[in-house]
Amino acid sequence: MTPRVIALVDVNNFYVSCERVFNPKLHGRPVVVLSNNDGCVISRSQEAKALGIAMAQPWFQLREIAEQYGVIAHSSNYALYADMSNRVMALLNDFARDQEIYSIDECFLDLTGMRGKQLLAHARRIRHSIRQWTGLPVCVGIGPTKTLAKLANQIAKQDIARGGVCDMNAMSDEERKACFSHMPASSVWGVGRRLAEKLDRLGIRTVNDLRNADAAMLNRRFSVTLEKTVRELNGIPCMEFEDTTAPRQQILTSRSFGHYVTDKHELREAVTQYITRAAEKLRRQASLANTLHLYIRTSPHNPDGKHRCPGITLPLQQATDDTFTLIRAGLYGLDHIYAPGYSYQKAGVVLGNLEPRTMAQGNLFAARDKRRERLMEAIDTINSRMGRATIRSAAEGYTQVWKMRAANKSKSYTTCWDGILVVNA
Amino acid sequence: MKNTPNNRGGARLGAGRKAGEPTTVIRVPANQAQPIRDFLAVHTKKRLQTARDNVAEIVEPALDTEPVSLPLYTTKVSAGFPSPADDHVEKRLNPSEYLVDNTSQTFFVRVKGDSMIDAGVFEDDVLVIDRSRVPQVGDIVLAMLDGEFTVKTLGKGKGGARLIPANKRYPVIEIKSEQSFEIWGVVTGSMRKFK
Repeated sequence: MTPRVIALVDVNNFYVSCERVFNPKLHGRPVVVLSNNDGCVISRSQEAKALGIAMAQPWFQLREIAEQYGVIAHSSNYALYADMSNRVMALLNDFARDQEIYSIDECFLDLTGMRGKQLLAHARRIRHSIRQWTGLPVCVGIGPTKTLAKLANQIAKQDIARGGVCDMNAMSDEERKACFSHMPASSVWGVGRRLAEKLDRLGIRTVNDLRNADAAMLNRRFSVTLEKTVRELNGIPCMEFEDTTAPRQQILTSRSFGHYVTDKHELREAVTQYITRAAEKLRRQASLANTLHLYIRTSPHNPDGKHRCPGITLPLQQATDDTFTLIRAGLYGLDHIYAPGYSYQKAGVVLGNLEPRTMAQGNLFAARDKRRERLMEAIDTINSRMGRATIRSAAEGYTQVWKMRAANKSKSYTTCWDGILVVNA
Repeated sequence: MKNTPNNRGGARLGAGRKAGEPTTVIRVPANQAQPIRDFLAVHTKKRLQTARDNVAEIVEPALDTEPVSLPLYTTKVSAGFPSPADDHVEKRLNPSEYLVDNTSQTFFVRVKGDSMIDAGVFEDDVLVIDRSRVPQVGDIVLAMLDGEFTVKTLGKGKGGARLIPANKRYPVIEIKSEQSFEIWGVVTGSMRKFK
């Protein structure tokens, strides 16, 4: 079987980078982007990282540093980020035979068939083109498995001399071993801090240690996912493009269809179902979503050769957990990405950019239509389970809190005619 | 007894033969009679529900009709093969299609100022910027000079690039090597509303 070549392409400091495209004065300065509700840091420029500002740090804690070092804080502008993400993903799609969008700023590309200098040149072209066409800087990590591609991407970021590209396949065994023995096990995709601590107690501290560990033993002690990770670290692909895993802090609902679907109506039904389920999960964890990502895929192994895997990220006008709003958004997205004449094999919905629900978003007014009635019943049931106070507090405190935030939000440069950049002629 | 309220019986909404409607008698096999009666009962119930929904729309406050921010152009993102249906349909003219070649690399900006009026770029115009184009001498470009945006014609000077205005009142800008200079994109079109 041909060895797989998988690339992980992601945008550096995505939200900050988006702001910089339209405001060049932000270049070279410490900049952070804050979440809507809490005012926590969700993106930092390199300069801000150098000041020691951590991810998820609350803004009020940083006010002193901000004043002292001139840190600029922007409120999150999901309309802008979603649109820029859609551009990047659509452009990246043309560079590979298959694509899996992993989050708003990362995607996997299948470059199987390329290798050596040609592959490196291709990766550099990707970097250069995206920078030219969107103004966003990306890094490309390449490996025979998704896990190694992610690791390569990290190496590309850490080692500036590599020019933002790292091809693990091109590394010698010694070079790889040297890299891996200097990276902690927590660098590996799927290994969080807590798991890393448990592994540490077993003597597994570096990526190298994990790579050499007994996969079957780790399966027994922890999970089959960890076993797959270890195998992937050794170059054995276990996670196909069809097996999507949701990144942390996002809710994914997806399914492969039992048969090929060509009809839009059937897709609409599937999408509606997935969104309903995802929204239930969302409410259960008391979160609100700021973006909804929808994708549909044909099979890349289709005999007639027609493969497409479009996706779209939709920014929601306000953070929500309302099934009906999410469905409307999802179906709007489907209208944009659906094309007839293809045999779709899978669809998926990802609710992203979550924030904790401090007030309930009850849908108090709704037009009477049968489907909505059933939805409202579902929502009501959930609300009744969580206590009547849930609906009451939304009416009381909702407007006030929401208006206080988004103090420094940049304009909607790409989604609103009143928000486009004004330039001097 | 007449005084007690009678909840039973009485006319049911939608039930019974509609006045003036012609009726017909049908013969069915005896063992099919009950299934057919059951079906008719369910069918009538469904018809009744729909009828009830049409009664008296409840007035509600207007909601935001769109839950998402719409992208600025309505041309669909082309992703691969053109749809076979497109050839058979004469679609209404869409200004986006006229102005935008590459949706993912195209942006819009608004003009303030008059340094390019002799080139037909006026205050309040919306310029179409295509970042996929390689800038060439003679192109009108959106440039970033020392952190500031400016729209000018790209030219070649003694030391390097120069930005040329289209208005006698403005000077030519020679780009010095110590300045930070980058071309944001090539201006490929513009939009203007008179009214």
